[in-house]
Amino acid sequence: MTLLSVTALAGGYGPVKVLHGLDFEVAHGEIVVILGANGAGKTTTLRALSGMIPSDGEIVFDGEDVTGRKPQVLARRGVAHVPQGRGTIDELTVEENLRVGAWTRRDSDVAADVDRWFEVFPHLADRRTQQAGSMSGGEQQMLAIARGLMSRPRLLLLDEPSLGLAPIITQELFAQLGDLNRELDTAMLIVEQNAGLALRLASRGYVLETGRIVAQGAATELEGNEDVRRAYLGL
Amino acid sequence: MQLFLSQLMNGLGNGVIYASLALAIVLIYRTTGLLNFAQGEMALFSTYVTWKLVDDSEMGLPVAAAIGISMVIAFVGGALIERVVIRPVERSSPLVIVIVTIGMFLAINSIAQAIFGTDTKQLPSVFSDAAWVVGGVRVTAQTVGLVGVLAAECLLLWLLLQKTRVGLGLRAVASNPDSSRLVGIGTGNMLMLGWAISAALGALAGAMIVPMTPGLSAGSMQAVLIYAFAAAALGGFDSPLGAVVGGIIVGVAQALAIQYVDPLNDIELVVPFALIGGVLLFRPTGLFGRRVVERV
Repeated sequence: MTLLSVTALAGGYGPVKVLHGLDFEVAHGEIVVILGANGAGKTTTLRALSGMIPSDGEIVFDGEDVTGRKPQVLARRGVAHVPQGRGTIDELTVEENLRVGAWTRRDSDVAADVDRWFEVFPHLADRRTQQAGSMSGGEQQMLAIARGLMSRPRLLLLDEPSLGLAPIITQELFAQLGDLNRELDTAMLIVEQNAGLALRLASRGYVLETGRIVAQGAATELEGNEDVRRAYLGL
Repeated sequence: MQLFLSQLMNGLGNGVIYASLALAIVLIYRTTGLLNFAQGEMALFSTYVTWKLVDDSEMGLPVAAAIGISMVIAFVGGALIERVVIRPVERSSPLVIVIVTIGMFLAINSIAQAIFGTDTKQLPSVFSDAAWVVGGVRVTAQTVGLVGVLAAECLLLWLLLQKTRVGLGLRAVASNPDSSRLVGIGTGNMLMLGWAISAALGALAGAMIVPMTPGLSAGSMQAVLIYAFAAAALGGFDSPLGAVVGGIIVGVAQALAIQYVDPLNDIELVVPFALIGGVLLFRPTGLFGRRVVERV
């Protein structure tokens, strides 16, 4: 069952076009990775998906055409976007960041979910009342992801979750992501430089080059493909 | 000593007034990152509305009721100004926005004169003119009332910002608009709300200020705005607590300057500029402002 289906996605910043017609999809509960060199358009792709920049083409989420909708609308439909770096709201405390993550929810389980993420990320629990901006990069990244999950999204967009993290923290984080995916059935679309780690987590992948998809396939296939490895993944 | 204490009381009375306008400036700065130079003139216009509601022979409302109504009108007006005037230039450079707010300063001032005339109006105070002598110092009901109003204002603002869902949204948008949009907050509505609340606080400040001056005229708010900016700069533009403390310091410094540096005429006008200059030199974030610390 397709959750997200993207056709001929184009977009960029003002007159500068970064994406030149991308077609891809994410199934319910699936983890998909987008790989590519710097400047390939990976971040732009996620920004177009969550409505942060205007885009052309067609974005269908859960059977509804959401092309050109505002970020607020997409957040309400169940898309959570954890942007690259600095995704936390610095002047709010750790706990407030989690609560604000549940902005679109009206149910009474928010407090229980806050506790739950504090259990998953005990580092954050220790810093509950501390301002988010004063934490280390790794802690902020964990907080940004936990905040994204607070909305109980059906699709989590993760932009370079490993950026600036120590390798051991990155591995821990990816293990957590795998657990979360199995447990909550949250689909994830992950943009990542660390191709090896990302391909082991994902079921499928797309390789992006200057705004076009140049390779796609099952994660194991991409990892085994010599050309892809050499040209794009730096493996 | 008694003279000193009396001047302290005078300064306190003026200081809470500067604080209340500084609070409005800080609130807009906190939620939108803008300095609104038209804050004083917005308050001026609202005060004219209050005066009209009190003075008009048909309406003739009690002062407190008139203040309440004009705060509601200011709330709506502030929201409209954000939507119609500020939003189109929201993403322009800070300089453009400063020029826009200065333009609003001139426009609102002229519109107020065109509607309400250029003669000086009298707005009665909402407080009684009772006074008590405590330990040899004269304490007026006016001063006590002003301190009470300011304290209530601060408490309500704190509750709104720290304890409500809307307050969480306002603070989130102020700190990181992009991430706020991504969690589903309607950032535009939050900015509009920030302007609306700030305009309503300005209306309240104006109605408190004018009864202590010779009367309501087109220039009523201009000196006050400078003192309020000095208060906000001293306290830190992003700190409501700083606005209050800064306002009181400015008011007291002004009163003491008048008393003790008497031979120099209008010495009190130097006070705000000296404070702004001093703060910018020695502590640019103000007494309570947060230094923006970023990890790289």
